[in-house]
Amino acid sequence: MHSVVCIKQVPDTTEVRIDPKTNTLMREGVPSIVNPFDMHAVEAALKLRDEYGGKVTVITMGPPQAVEALRRVKTLGVDRTILLSDRAFAGSDTLATSYIITQAVKKIDSEDAVDLVLCGKQAIDGDTAQVGPGIATRLNMPLVTYVIDIDSVDTEKKTITLKRSVENGRTALCVEYPMLMTVLKELNEVRYASLPNMILATNFKAEVWNKDDIGAEMKNMGLDGSPTAVRKIFSPPVRECGEMIPHGIEQPDVAVHNLIEKLSHNKTI
Amino acid sequence: MGYVHIKKEKCIGCEQCVVVCPFEALFMKDGIVEVIPDKCKECRKCLPACPTEALYLERRERRGQRPEHGIDVTVDLPPELARYKGVWVMVEQQDGTPHSVSWELMGEGLKISQKLGVELSAVVLGENVDGIRREAFQYGAQNVYVIDDPVLKDYRTYPYTFAMTKLVNKHKPEILLMGATSLGRDLAGAVATSLKTGLTADCTKLDVDEAARVLLQTRPAFGGNIMATILCANHRPQMSTVRPRVMSRPYKDESRDGTPIVEQLGLAEEKIRTKFIEFIPDAVAHVVNLDDADIIVAGGRGVGCDEGFSVLKELAEVLGAELGASRAAVEAGWIDYEHQVGQTGKTVRPKIYFACGISGAIQHLVGMQNSDVIIAINNDPNAAIFSVATYGIVGDMHKIVPELIKQFKDKKNK
Repeated sequence: MHSVVCIKQVPDTTEVRIDPKTNTLMREGVPSIVNPFDMHAVEAALKLRDEYGGKVTVITMGPPQAVEALRRVKTLGVDRTILLSDRAFAGSDTLATSYIITQAVKKIDSEDAVDLVLCGKQAIDGDTAQVGPGIATRLNMPLVTYVIDIDSVDTEKKTITLKRSVENGRTALCVEYPMLMTVLKELNEVRYASLPNMILATNFKAEVWNKDDIGAEMKNMGLDGSPTAVRKIFSPPVRECGEMIPHGIEQPDVAVHNLIEKLSHNKTI
Repeated sequence: MGYVHIKKEKCIGCEQCVVVCPFEALFMKDGIVEVIPDKCKECRKCLPACPTEALYLERRERRGQRPEHGIDVTVDLPPELARYKGVWVMVEQQDGTPHSVSWELMGEGLKISQKLGVELSAVVLGENVDGIRREAFQYGAQNVYVIDDPVLKDYRTYPYTFAMTKLVNKHKPEILLMGATSLGRDLAGAVATSLKTGLTADCTKLDVDEAARVLLQTRPAFGGNIMATILCANHRPQMSTVRPRVMSRPYKDESRDGTPIVEQLGLAEEKIRTKFIEFIPDAVAHVVNLDDADIIVAGGRGVGCDEGFSVLKELAEVLGAELGASRAAVEAGWIDYEHQVGQTGKTVRPKIYFACGISGAIQHLVGMQNSDVIIAINNDPNAAIFSVATYGIVGDMHKIVPELIKQFKDKKNK
């Protein structure tokens, strides 16, 4: 079973803020991590390899320093890592990004047939959840998003039975592969790095592919290939500051009484 | 000759200007853009590329009437795309039950369609969907497009993408809205890719530039820490998914009905490589329904333990409320994930939201700040939750919540 996992290096978003004085993004010292959902996609691919044999290839698109994301998954024991990096990729939105990654998967597939493409459900910086469906559509592969269980694989019939999480339950599906899935954190526990793999990862060099390596056309990537553009960023609107009700510490009964008075007065309750 | 100037404090290092500059006059240094004055020809291509308006030219900008939304919209639409007209809302359903976000979108879609002077249409896909078709008219649709086919009984990406793409290519709407649900986000990503158009996920606000007929799509990014307004100026349809419960549901006119525009699917089951096996509903004894709750009593880290939640539960029972929680409380194992409110949980919009021992991290605020009345109880007077609260009490929630239970009970008994 040959799995290709698409991962993204993201800033640890819990630490990104807009400076209220200058209205700019405060980025200093914000660490980069592998998108947490993608780690579970890597784990899912490794588990399938453990059980059914085969190979795990991990790709990421980004600037040269995104190689650190590949180093991280190398410590988990993935077989092959490829960095897609080119100035021409800069400014790509989700449609253009799905094009670039699709070109790369096609090239990997031509060398070594791909059975499964895995992505995290979404990246924590953009939260779009669009690149996975985009790649599946371009590759004409069946798509299942929000996968929470992989029940079984039938390597004879080439089908995977899995469950997808929806608002009020789960749907069980049987899907022919090659297929693409995007996964939830609840799917698995990510393994720890082993010492031999950590040593391998310190000395590793990822393959780097540029636009010519994957035969990508300029008109489909970067700003030219991106229908959407961010035109404004701002801090989330703040609600009008409300009313503080005093004496909560020394006389909670009085504070509560006053609160209920106000709620009744406004006919809220 | 002049050249473009950079407000360094505004530059976010996105490199969009570097990419568009035809003269290679811009480059990145230490994560911020710099200009080579000799190379700059003042072509202005970089100005609209910048999302933060960090670039400007010395010469005074021509004084035009700036639209209210403060965004310069330039459109260069090919004539075949300029013919796309109308606003569409995808009505999502499961086993014949429509998702409430679809009706919220009908209200929003109607406002946009009126501003643009076009019709509002609903799209209903599924099997035996006549009741939903009727409801779509009642919620304000002027047209309803229907594909009713056994293949569409249960949601699967491929047949739904096939159906939606077919309808769009035939009837050419300029705007297509869907709910940001597990179905909507799955479908929208696939449809936008097959139509090669732009899609903005999980919007919390929509507006439209009437002159340019461009949708202004605002959504949270970076886990809710910043908001971004995104445009899809030169492709049609413009597609958005919209988060449930941020828009209000419109009035339902029971007397309305209409004749749908029925299309055929034309896709055989054998062509579909995904087989639906079954739907397994959540096995929670008491189904947590934060979506429809009028009152929510929520607890956070300050609750301190499992037992703390049983006190909140008592308050919830007195008020007929649902129990909510912050991520901290869920991760501490005091309460199930089904109760979680916020960026990674539910977005809620009750009439009253009690936030007890919740500090108010932005990830929590984005999930509840549209509540009508927010009551915050926290022992830290500087807690961020007070900045969104309608009423705040600084104090120990372990003393205040029992007091609330007592006094609300007394009030009820009177």
